[in-house]
Amino acid sequence: MIRVQREDFDVGEEMRSLTTGNTGIGGLASFVGLVRDMAGGAGDSAMTLEHYPGMTERLLTEIDEEAHRRWPLEGSMMIHRHGRLEPGEQIVMVLTASAHRQAALDSCAFLIDWLKTQAPFWKLEETPDGASWVEARASDDVAAARWAKPGTDG
Amino acid sequence: MKLLYFAWLKQKIGIGAEEVTLPDEVNDVAGVVAWLKTRGDNYATALKDDAIVRVAVNQTYAKPDTTVSNGDEVALFPPVTGG
Repeated sequence: MIRVQREDFDVGEEMRSLTTGNTGIGGLASFVGLVRDMAGGAGDSAMTLEHYPGMTERLLTEIDEEAHRRWPLEGSMMIHRHGRLEPGEQIVMVLTASAHRQAALDSCAFLIDWLKTQAPFWKLEETPDGASWVEARASDDVAAARWAKPGTDG
Repeated sequence: MKLLYFAWLKQKIGIGAEEVTLPDEVNDVAGVVAWLKTRGDNYATALKDDAIVRVAVNQTYAKPDTTVSNGDEVALFPPVTGG
């Protein structure tokens, strides 16, 4: 399942909702991304997340389905927020549940790595010198590339 | 064709969306980008470094040779930075 929303989310509640009623789950992995304070406490460093409504949901659903094809998952949940966020706020959450830990941990890493390089979100940071668009990092492409299957460019 | 622009491409072009009618000779993604550059300084500046511009056709990532027609939704944006 995926959700794209303005509002905050409760990780504990999402975990309970994913696992309740499924005693086949033996491992639940999570990743939660937070807004980092880029100004080192020296002034405002909030950011605004813009996204492409429609394509975002489509991309996240495709990535989620790919994770279920690659690993024996009992469940998964991805939430990504948009709008203005302050340092310390939650931006993104990935949960994956499986019978065993390895599938849960690997698929969770896969989902966040692919999300970062594929899902159409853009961060606009507020800095003391004005608003500035965050540039994509080559290291994110490297992280995502380790999940590429031979013979594909994804 | 419905054109959408996001992030700094939207800022540089000055609008987030527009409806256009493609010239007859434009029929792929590379053609759309090349044609847009001729539509004004704002487009030319925004699309100057077109190697980093990402394009989606009907909400799916496209390549320069992906074919397009007037019924499509085509989005142009910088590399994504979510997560």
